[in-house]
Amino acid sequence: MRKDGRQVERLQLPFRVAFHISMQSVRIRFWRSVITAAGTVLGIAFLVSVLTAMMIQRNSGAVTDPSERYRMTWLVIMSLLVCLVGITNAMLMSVTERYKEIGTMKCLGAYDIFIVELFFIESALVGFIASVIGWFLGVFAVVLIKLFSEGFKVFGWISPGEVLLYLIYSIVIGTLLSVIATIIPAQVAARMPAAAALRVEV
Amino acid sequence: MAVQPQTNQAVTTGTEYIVRCKDVVKEYMMGTQVVRALNGVTLDIVRGEYLSIMGPSGSGKSTLFNMIGGLDKPTSGSVFINDVDMAQLDAQELAFLRCRTIGYIFQTFNLIPVMTALENVMLPMIFGGLSTDEAIDRGIELLKLVGLGERLHHKPSELSGGQQQRVAIARALANNPQIILADEPTGNLDLRTGKEIIELLRQLNKEQGVTIISATHDLKMVDVSDRIVWIRDGRIDRVEERAAVEVRVGDVEGTPG
Repeated sequence: MRKDGRQVERLQLPFRVAFHISMQSVRIRFWRSVITAAGTVLGIAFLVSVLTAMMIQRNSGAVTDPSERYRMTWLVIMSLLVCLVGITNAMLMSVTERYKEIGTMKCLGAYDIFIVELFFIESALVGFIASVIGWFLGVFAVVLIKLFSEGFKVFGWISPGEVLLYLIYSIVIGTLLSVIATIIPAQVAARMPAAAALRVEV
Repeated sequence: MAVQPQTNQAVTTGTEYIVRCKDVVKEYMMGTQVVRALNGVTLDIVRGEYLSIMGPSGSGKSTLFNMIGGLDKPTSGSVFINDVDMAQLDAQELAFLRCRTIGYIFQTFNLIPVMTALENVMLPMIFGGLSTDEAIDRGIELLKLVGLGERLHHKPSELSGGQQQRVAIARALANNPQIILADEPTGNLDLRTGKEIIELLRQLNKEQGVTIISATHDLKMVDVSDRIVWIRDGRIDRVEERAAVEVRVGDVEGTPG
């Protein structure tokens, strides 16, 4: 095969197949996925709640303290970083749980990059769904609180366009956050030797 | 050193070796201590034979098995598969070898839990570049061959141990491998199911001509193996031919040596 030049065929994992496997993986390991998603949901909910609160305050004509803005930005960034660590932790657990599956895939011919791809697609999927949920929770919570304190005039201070824009922010930031958090776990997974498939837990 | 394999082949003209291990030594670091799992194993495996590697746990049996299967590299010595030195292969070439040349069967079946029986069998074919339609056709054909034509779309969790192992065998055959490596294939099965799996492997070995290498301590394997390699303390203790084993079984006392 190799004596006459290096004519090694490339093995492949079509995106469609990878997506299907990742999707099934999220579905079947539902509770594990919920734990991973929780980090993103909370982080995005906090980000959106801050944005929505600021929007309502601005539209209500109240004077905003510029230093308040910096403080909130700082808080949001910190909370997102904490979420990042949380997702990484949950994903690392998930990788160690799946050593046998990863080893088996490698025995069937998977390149390291296939494993990385599967984990990235999976985390992007979870991140996407979690972002949408987080966005909804963030908006919902702030509107509810303001409704109690300010009454129905709150609805006049909400700009729907801006709230929808937050959805896009959420999806971009949440999905990215989830994927970035998976870089280290995916590397750990990819470095798993094929022989891990043979390990027997006693 | 380089001359020896040639003389080796010259002695047994007409026999084609699919796997050749030469003075294979494997050492592991355990803390600060060096543990020698394999201590100079030389073994030639003939194309088309059914070979069982037997030995107690800790004998180096699994280590040797991993070397033959391209799952681990020796500390010294070399392993050749189809006359290609495994040490010379890079990660991608090794993956290609695992995909196309070797089929793996595991003690714990190791089906991908999130995929159906058919999808499991299709995966190595998809890796190998087959189109989905081709992979489906061949996957169905293979599952029928192992007697699971009715359970194509079941998830592993919906199948019994014996059925899962059958799916695993179909998956191992997916890319028409030259070698099937079976690590304790009957270890997690009851007596009867284990027997069925062994018979299926033997049948595939005879009908498809695929070389089967099995690490086991299941004595049921003895009946079907062409050769049995006994490993002890990281060395080959003895190699028994099928004929000799049958004689020994028949004669209670046996002849020394």
